[in-house]
Amino acid sequence: MRDVAVIGVGITKFGELWDKSLRDLTVEAGLKAIQDAGISSDDIDALYGGNMSSGLFVNQEHIAAMIAEATGLTEKHIPATRVEDACASGGVALRHGYMSVASGIHDIVVVGGVEKMTDVSPSLATDALATAGDQEWEAFFGMTFPGLYAMIARRHMHEYGTTKEQLAKVAVKNHHNGSMNPNAHFQNEISIEEALSATMIAEPLGLFDCSPISDGAATLILCPLERAKEFTDKPVKIVASAQASDTIALHSRNDICRMDATIAAANLAYKQANLRPKDIDLAEVHDCFTITEIVAIEDLGFVKKGDGGKAAEEGLTQIDGKMPVNPSGGLKAKGHPVGATGVAQAVEVVTQLRGEAGKRQVKDAEIGMTHNVGGSGATCAVHIFEVV
Amino acid sequence: MVGIVSYGAYVPRYRIEANEIARVWGKDESIGKGLGVFTKSVPGPDEDVATISVEAARNAMKKCSVNPSEIGAVYVGSESHPYAVKPTATIVAEAIGAGPHLTAADYEFACKAGTAAIQTCMGLVDSNMIKYGLAIGSDTSQGAPGDALEYSAAAGGAAFLIGKENVIAEINKTYSFTTDTPDFWRREGEKYPSHGGRFTGEPAYFKHIMNCAKGLLERIGTKPSDYKYAVFHQPNGKFPVKVGKMLGFTNDQIKTGLLTPRIGNTYSGSTPLGLAAILDVASPNDRIFAVSYGSGAGSDGFDITVTEKIMEINGNPTVESFIADSKIIDYATYVRYRKKLHLGGE
Repeated sequence: MRDVAVIGVGITKFGELWDKSLRDLTVEAGLKAIQDAGISSDDIDALYGGNMSSGLFVNQEHIAAMIAEATGLTEKHIPATRVEDACASGGVALRHGYMSVASGIHDIVVVGGVEKMTDVSPSLATDALATAGDQEWEAFFGMTFPGLYAMIARRHMHEYGTTKEQLAKVAVKNHHNGSMNPNAHFQNEISIEEALSATMIAEPLGLFDCSPISDGAATLILCPLERAKEFTDKPVKIVASAQASDTIALHSRNDICRMDATIAAANLAYKQANLRPKDIDLAEVHDCFTITEIVAIEDLGFVKKGDGGKAAEEGLTQIDGKMPVNPSGGLKAKGHPVGATGVAQAVEVVTQLRGEAGKRQVKDAEIGMTHNVGGSGATCAVHIFEVV
Repeated sequence: MVGIVSYGAYVPRYRIEANEIARVWGKDESIGKGLGVFTKSVPGPDEDVATISVEAARNAMKKCSVNPSEIGAVYVGSESHPYAVKPTATIVAEAIGAGPHLTAADYEFACKAGTAAIQTCMGLVDSNMIKYGLAIGSDTSQGAPGDALEYSAAAGGAAFLIGKENVIAEINKTYSFTTDTPDFWRREGEKYPSHGGRFTGEPAYFKHIMNCAKGLLERIGTKPSDYKYAVFHQPNGKFPVKVGKMLGFTNDQIKTGLLTPRIGNTYSGSTPLGLAAILDVASPNDRIFAVSYGSGAGSDGFDITVTEKIMEINGNPTVESFIADSKIIDYATYVRYRKKLHLGGE
């Protein structure tokens, strides 16, 4: 196995991008990454694209070849593969790109993630997202994702005394971080009071406990670490790439206050990197809902099980806190174009490790983690990155 | 200068509360607050765009002493004309004793057909093709049961007599901003309109009103603080306040013409009724800024200055008098009045 580095990143603005198609978004993020890496399209050996549901969102399947064509990669006839694992599609695509470089099969690989979600009505988007759950045993009975995560939140409140104020604190922190991210869907600060008095979505989750429906794309360029200096002075090494699965339906889990796929993937990642939770300088975690961030920081070992709410309340996860989480604004404020999310998280971590994150820069960041979840936790991809 | 010689309004007296609609559909009561619409007007069982337009036109003629036979054009803008083929404008013309020596037609441009009619009359008057033109915006708008539109789709209208003599308000300038934007539509044969949800906001309503308003201000070299009043199309109670704020208008400038919280969105009647409510209280030399919006999409902007003549016209009936004369009905009555239920065999 060869060491793998990230040599280029690209990301579009996230948001309701009415005048940009899936193709436009992909090309924009792809060209930015190619430019950032200083390579030409002739250098690229393979493409992996994370996307959850272009079929339901824009009636287009088979998008990997389409992306290759749109970015001018057709002439070389490189292998182009779409990866789908619900909202973890981006993180899993990264893992496939990583494996293909690590194994020696490919040298320079493009990993993209894209989702164009606003061409359909919110109810159709909700239905499309619900396909990440168990259609037969969850969706059939009317379950939506806000509903599933609301049950997780309720149980977490019951078991550990987590409060609505603590959930709101996560949203306030992520909006604050998003206000410093020019690519974020929401760049406005919110107050605890606003978060607590917002329209109820699924008790106890209000509007500000939920990530938005966004359009957006993100791209990474990977290459063997030994070649990285040919392209950049600031390569970032991928020191762990782990993935795990769990039951697709929430009700089949032993304990809905934890995600066993996160725990399994994190354990594997720490082992690969020979690191411990306290070695991580910053993490981009999957906060599709505020409760998800709380559960994630527990499962990733940053705090003890049950202490996630308190950590948010006490400011542990702020950019200047002991364990900065989601400096980008997270899915909550940066936005959540589902298939792009896992790649966008890696774009943020690489940007942070390069020291190029501007106002939201985490001080002395050398080791960063991404945590990308599919559905209610049936898939989890965890990556750890380190400054070379 | 071409301007408004007289104006008249009409709003049906029936009202349904947003809470009552929310109750029937099992929605949270906060939905009315979220939209900024608390009650909306409902046309009675015998009311339609023809009757509403006639009432508004008659009220306009009552306020002034213009002889109806001097009216050279009648245009009625609406998206709920009673007939698909057969003009509403001819009904109005005959009902007020105008014609037959006039031109008439119906307009459709979603919620801005009424202001488009004003512009047409301005052109005809200014070119001396006619002496007076009557422009009406009126609607009995449709919202599918249970749809978000049901909380706001209301009924009402206003008529403006456009001419050059004895104008109570001069229209200094009009400017429009138009693109092909499919945010809201109703195809032939469909009972209720379709809409693009959140797409109706930023890329539709806000883009067109902002561009039209800025374009108009630029062309006449004015700024928001030069105006006493401002009125913007009011699909709900929130958008016009927000767009006003974005442009630099204050709530004090907007509140007089903001009727949607109490009567809902009267579509083609919306900006015209807001303007009529402002004229009801305006004094000579007051400057008014008005921008309509019609889905599909476009905005018509108007820069208006009230003249001394406003003191001479009969002020009644006012828009506020129609709003005050209201009767709350329940959802069942609403369903019957709006013909959502049919008797067997009907």
